[in-house]
Amino acid sequence: MPIQETQTNPQTEAQTVIAIAHLAHYFGTGELRKQVLYDIHLTISAGEIVIMTGPSGSGKTTLLTLMGGLRSVQTGSLQFLGVELCGANADQLVYIRRHIGYIFQAHNLHGSLTALQNVRMGLELHPQYTIAEMRDRAIHALEAVGLGDRLDYYPANLSGGQKQRVAIARALVSQPKLLLADEPTAALDRQSGRDVVTLMQHLAQEQGCTILLVTHDNRILDVADRIVAMEDGRLLIGENRE
Amino acid sequence: MLSSFRRRTWLGWLQLSHEPSRLLVALAGIAFADVLMFMQLGFQASLFNSNTRIARSLNADIILVSPKAKNAQNLSTFSRRRLYQAQDVAGVAQAMPLYSNILTWKNPQTRQDTLIQLMGFDPAQDVFLLPELNRQQDILKLPDVVLFDRRSRGRYGEAIAQLETGQFITTEAEGRTLTIRGLISLGASFGTDGSLMASDQTFLRLLPRRNPGSISLGLLKVEPGADVATVAAQLRQHLPSDVHVFTQAEFIAKEQNYWQKESPIGFIFTMGTAMAFIVGVVIVYQVLSTDVNAHLQEYATFKAMGYRHRYLLGVIFEEAVILAVLGFLPGVILPIGLYQMAARATSLPIAMTVYRAGLVFGLTLLMCLLSGAIATRRLQGADPADMF
Repeated sequence: MPIQETQTNPQTEAQTVIAIAHLAHYFGTGELRKQVLYDIHLTISAGEIVIMTGPSGSGKTTLLTLMGGLRSVQTGSLQFLGVELCGANADQLVYIRRHIGYIFQAHNLHGSLTALQNVRMGLELHPQYTIAEMRDRAIHALEAVGLGDRLDYYPANLSGGQKQRVAIARALVSQPKLLLADEPTAALDRQSGRDVVTLMQHLAQEQGCTILLVTHDNRILDVADRIVAMEDGRLLIGENRE
Repeated sequence: MLSSFRRRTWLGWLQLSHEPSRLLVALAGIAFADVLMFMQLGFQASLFNSNTRIARSLNADIILVSPKAKNAQNLSTFSRRRLYQAQDVAGVAQAMPLYSNILTWKNPQTRQDTLIQLMGFDPAQDVFLLPELNRQQDILKLPDVVLFDRRSRGRYGEAIAQLETGQFITTEAEGRTLTIRGLISLGASFGTDGSLMASDQTFLRLLPRRNPGSISLGLLKVEPGADVATVAAQLRQHLPSDVHVFTQAEFIAKEQNYWQKESPIGFIFTMGTAMAFIVGVVIVYQVLSTDVNAHLQEYATFKAMGYRHRYLLGVIFEEAVILAVLGFLPGVILPIGLYQMAARATSLPIAMTVYRAGLVFGLTLLMCLLSGAIATRRLQGADPADMF
């Protein structure tokens, strides 16, 4: 079921990609019910690169899964491009997910698919592309991450940095409005980590894509427009670097 | 619809072909289950086919048989008078008696005592629809002369070769000397190793305790244009209840029913087929569930990207169908050779039929889809919320 886009004025509404207000979240039921997020307020504008830091267990990952439509929003309001995720049904969540790029700590590429086929999987969900277009776009995306000569390599034959670059190509190939990245550099050495983040920054700017990046890695904080910190389920006021 | 089909990445096939050794093991397992099913079904079909062969080659529209008869080897007897009475019924053109008994004779080649089915009839009448027999049955008028079934099971090779050259062979049964003067083709069954054809006179001389007035089967021909079912119904009314009236089709069905229901053999083959099916389900389930487990992380990623649960179900069923088709190929080729081996060893008619190949393919598909359906339960573990 298609979603009613509530954008009345695209010029101004499109500015805000994520709008979170009074968001709280609980795990467990009954006696074991435990609150993990408290009264979160966060607004992210189009094209912004936001880095979220905080100790493990602070609720960063939970917040990320809620924004990505991977978990149902319980209370409060969470809007993605003006679409309310609180109370959204399964179809709506699937629709949301198709417009978000994900980059995980592990590359999570499919081992039985070549780099090209993996990237193509990011396009297959969007029926507007023809078979030839899917191929062209996937090749282009891999060239953009510097892997134009590795199209038919299986993930097992690529280095860690190369795999993460394929994952970036897969996440960005369908030109999502939002890229959610969870510790994308955690499994990489200093140089490849740096390269991956620079690449993400560069490509996202090219496409006008908003990035929310969760990391512990202090070496990459400089790419952020804004840094927000989580602690004990609460969002601390972020510093604006601009 | 078609274009979305063509857009689709054939993930199931790519997953399977990416690990050829696992695929080969899976295909070997499916082929094994298929071969087992083919052998069981083949033996079962040959059981029905071989045991109804006598009934099918009788030259009769309506058959009278004792109510105590169990199968073609165990026909019991009834009074010949019933045959004469049957001729009173309008529409009955001809009535012929057939005597049948299991005989102990000396195998002409090994000189060992063996069991064989002896059938006696009037050589002046064509009791069987076997052209080879009908051509030769005049010689049966000579005393103690028999015709021998060349497709009998047992060590008869040299004797048959000798008969093929036109030589006669003598042997003994019940203290009399028998002369085999020719060959016919009928074939062994689960009930008998083979058969001997003799005149009614020879039959009664060999088995002096059999009363000429007690016959095994009464074979009736109806007049041209008469309705067999109507005549049979009239016969049932006319004849006392110490004899059963069957049309030939009913008689064949009764014979098949005996082997299917009353003999343990039919049940054994059905159970064998079911066991092979279950073995196949277990093998395919193992392969598919291992595959799902190995790809849970990737599946969860796909779900996060916006693929629906049913897409992943589709991948598993795609794998199931591919396994069924690829596993069936060796599974249908191997039994063709095995059937020939089995046919040689048992003298039973076993061969591949299109119907059976279709049936086993259907079962293979069902087997793989069933396993796939069980394996999809593992997909519940693919939760995109656990990905971050």
